[in-house]
Amino acid sequence: MSDEDEIILSELDDDELVQQMFDDLYDGLKEEIQESVNILLGRGWQPYEVLTKALVGGMTIVGKDFRDGILFVPEVLLAANAMKGGMAILKPLLAETGAPTIGKMVIGTVKGDIHDIGKNLVGMMMEGAGFEVVDLGINNPVDNYLDTAEKEGADIVGMSALLTTTMPYMKVVIDTMIERGIRDNYIVLVGGAPLNEEFGKAIGADAYCRDAAVAVETAKEHVQRKHNRSKAG
Amino acid sequence: MTATPKTASSGPAILPDDRVLTRQGHAPGGTGRILLIGCGALAREIMDLKAQNGWDHMDLTCLPAILHNHPEKITQAVREAVARHRDRYETIHVLYGDCGTGGLLQAACAEMGLEMLPGPHCYSFFEGTTAFAGRDEISAFYLTDFLVRQFDAFVWQPLGLDRHPDLRAMYFGNYEKLVYQAQTEDAALTALAQRHAERLGLAFERRQTGYGDLEASMAQWAEQMDLD
Repeated sequence: MSDEDEIILSELDDDELVQQMFDDLYDGLKEEIQESVNILLGRGWQPYEVLTKALVGGMTIVGKDFRDGILFVPEVLLAANAMKGGMAILKPLLAETGAPTIGKMVIGTVKGDIHDIGKNLVGMMMEGAGFEVVDLGINNPVDNYLDTAEKEGADIVGMSALLTTTMPYMKVVIDTMIERGIRDNYIVLVGGAPLNEEFGKAIGADAYCRDAAVAVETAKEHVQRKHNRSKAG
Repeated sequence: MTATPKTASSGPAILPDDRVLTRQGHAPGGTGRILLIGCGALAREIMDLKAQNGWDHMDLTCLPAILHNHPEKITQAVREAVARHRDRYETIHVLYGDCGTGGLLQAACAEMGLEMLPGPHCYSFFEGTTAFAGRDEISAFYLTDFLVRQFDAFVWQPLGLDRHPDLRAMYFGNYEKLVYQAQTEDAALTALAQRHAERLGLAFERRQTGYGDLEASMAQWAEQMDLD
């Protein structure tokens, strides 16, 4: 989409540069994204603005085209890698400037499973959407989820699995929450290739999320509802 | 008991080549009363077992093996194959494990009154479902004979590693070894599997599995029909 040989990023005005960042994210150009992030910051943009308007805006296009079958996993990973490059610059600044957070999520791949591509994408998009994300990594037993969720005061527990053999472990985590009387303290979101809506319902999750974009939207809705309930209560 | 199959190159002549099995599958032939609906990645092994055991009353049709990479499409494809062939055959069996369908294939088979293979996927039933589960091996990446031969079509290209080799760590960074589950004794195939492990930056292990539970399930189905 872009022709990086002819475009000098610093010569583009803000709108053109954001459009160019959408293209560069789409093409997975990490260095160009990092350069553009620095240019916008240099022009006085707030880190949160760069994140939401440029990076998340661009990744939303990537996510949509992935869902529509226009882009495939390798391209999404390259885009994610480019976004990660931009996030690396923004994250410390976001912490300094006290950017708004709309909720906290503890996320991890379940016990017995080492697959983390989907989980990482969700974590990154959640951060981009303004959530604070605590990433537990891979192969997590139930206590990793519950201890961390309690310690961090999380709103959301997110579980990921790629294997038919490991996805039932999500129910172990949810059942343990029920046993301990803490199920209602958390929004439980689940995702992963072999999962489906029915499975999500059957194990007692709040929602099954088919991709990272859906996870973000679902998380926003549930957190909003949770806050509304808290206010009403 | 596990058979010691012939080498991959000595498979039945009537079988299409791997590329056809990957993209198009295999239409049923023969005059059998039982239809086996299988994954194209198992075609060679199923045909070999049929030939070895004289199971001429079993015909085979295979769905495109590439569905392995699109498990969300397997259940519907099996349903359509059953609908296409149900009138012609007394009995139909499904030669798939769960294969990433998240229980949907099992539910569909139960609804259609069909039996399928045990276990989560072919890696499991080739080794033997119980033995495989007992290994609890979470950081192994498995290849079968078919997948070794078709590695580029099933792994390297779909993951974009031909275009973006730098993605390798994102895909395989958490894996430790490539386990080649060998259905046949084939030194060339073993060497190829070892090269695949090197390309992925993984340690290599070869395990001779033969046909495992695939043979046991087919034998049981053949015997059921004999008793009938």
